[in-house]
Amino acid sequence: MSAPKIQLTGVKKAFGEQIVLDGVDYALPAGESLVVIGGSGSGKSVLLKCILGILKPDAGSIRIDGVETAGARGEAREAVLKKIGMLFQGSALFDSLPVWENVAFRLIQGQGMERKEAKEVALGKLAQVGLGPPVAELYPAELSGGMQKRVALARAIASDPEIIFFDEPTTGLDPIMADVINDLVVASVKKLGATTISITHDMASARKIATKIAMIYGGKFIWTGDAKNIDRSGNAHVDQFIHGRAEGPIQMAVRRP
Amino acid sequence: MSGLLAPIGRAFLDALAALGRLALFAGTAIGHMGRPPFYPRLIARQMIEIGYFSLPVVALTTLFSGMVLALQSYTGFARFSAESAVATVVVLSMTRELAPVLAGLMVAGRVGAAMAAEIGTMRVTEQIDALTVLSTDPYKYLVVPRLIAGATMLPLLVLVGDIIGVFGGYLVSVYKLDFNAAGYLRRTWDYLEMIDVVSGLVKAGAFGFLVALTGCYHGYHSKGGAQGVGQATTNAVVSASILILVFNYIITEMFFAK
Ligand SMILES: Nc1ncnc2c1ncn2[C@@H]1O[C@H](COP(=O)(O)OP(=O)(O)O)[C@@H](O)[C@H]1O
Ligand SMILES: [Mg+2]
Repeated sequence: MSAPKIQLTGVKKAFGEQIVLDGVDYALPAGESLVVIGGSGSGKSVLLKCILGILKPDAGSIRIDGVETAGARGEAREAVLKKIGMLFQGSALFDSLPVWENVAFRLIQGQGMERKEAKEVALGKLAQVGLGPPVAELYPAELSGGMQKRVALARAIASDPEIIFFDEPTTGLDPIMADVINDLVVASVKKLGATTISITHDMASARKIATKIAMIYGGKFIWTGDAKNIDRSGNAHVDQFIHGRAEGPIQMAVRRP
Repeated sequence: MSGLLAPIGRAFLDALAALGRLALFAGTAIGHMGRPPFYPRLIARQMIEIGYFSLPVVALTTLFSGMVLALQSYTGFARFSAESAVATVVVLSMTRELAPVLAGLMVAGRVGAAMAAEIGTMRVTEQIDALTVLSTDPYKYLVVPRLIAGATMLPLLVLVGDIIGVFGGYLVSVYKLDFNAAGYLRRTWDYLEMIDVVSGLVKAGAFGFLVALTGCYHGYHSKGGAQGVGQATTNAVVSASILILVFNYIITEMFFAK
């Protein structure tokens, strides 16, 4: 077996008193699509931000292609970021730039491509997510939530990354648009042959995207396995989560009447 | 007794710590100024935003300040028959003090607040994280262009403000107080020295830098959604205004203290 594309060992992160990640271990082989499921506020976004280096983990190691990235700076960090595309939870489109410049941002600013050439690439990526040239001239604020997600997806895949992170790609969308986005995610990943980590608490989305699933709870991956085994996990936490039951080992911090 | 003093001491220490963080932020930003990539497009856009679009407010405030200055010094100086000093008082006050301070405060309200709101919104909507992920340094892309534009455009605004302020004084003196027009202008020139104008422009450069710095700093560190951005905006304007008044004294002392 080849070395894992992404390897997490004992990743810990706390904000003050609040422990968010309490030793996450996982090895993701190249070409696999991991979906991380878990409740709101369980640290899923924090995990992605640690891998990206936006947040610095307090302890542990994060290796991408065998290279340690936790605490990497300067050129080493650049080299890692070049490989990664990211779709943010709230899309995070630059609202001062038109759609096509959002998609072409890394090509123009990061790689120094000519604006004209970059625009061609951007239009191609937009077409790939089902958006035509008229949309390219609009500003993000003029788009619906579903269209913003598509633009964000086009931006994430614009530089043909080897690794893509999707942070709740379908949250806040109607079920049909959510499914459209799921299909686009699956198609784009297949086209690029990328390794991906997606976050969701939408089980329909997880089933569609994932080849591997991990459940995060209490700052750890409490269950990991192949996506096809999710219904036979034998783990009470997972069962409660995928069936969306209020009763079970996971207690929400709400006062019962 | 200590119960009364403790909060004051704590506030003072907090203010010192905040000043330290601001200085660190400024140091980091200045460190990024000299190293590529540079963003001339963004610098130009900020220059237009700060310089061109602030012209009306600066013109109005300096015009009326010049006018009221002429009126006040005339009625005041008449008590000891020194009305002839009006022209000199107007031009010295405008160039040394009023144009830079007023323009600085106005731009703090207009531009500093807008910077904090824009960058703050980018922070809470993860646009700043997205910049980083897309291999673009937020200091170079967001902060440096604003600092450069602030430090260069405010002196230009103040130069215009100087002229408009003197013109305001001239209007009131000639059309209301019946001064002789040519005499007034000659007196304006006679006692004006280079250092009066230059010290005002140096102040303006410093104030423009401070306004952009506090706007960027508070925006960059804002958190917690719309409320956090609102807080950042308020903090940016308040801290810019205070720093402008403090540095106004420091720079005056540097130029004119014996
Ligand atoms: N920059 C931060 N500073 C302080 N606390 C944070 C920060 N980012 C996230 N948190 C906290 O970490 C916890 C996990 O957040 P997050 O990873 O965003 O949850 P989710 O699993 O819903 O994506 C939350 O309780 C959140 O308040
Ligand atoms: Mg999240």
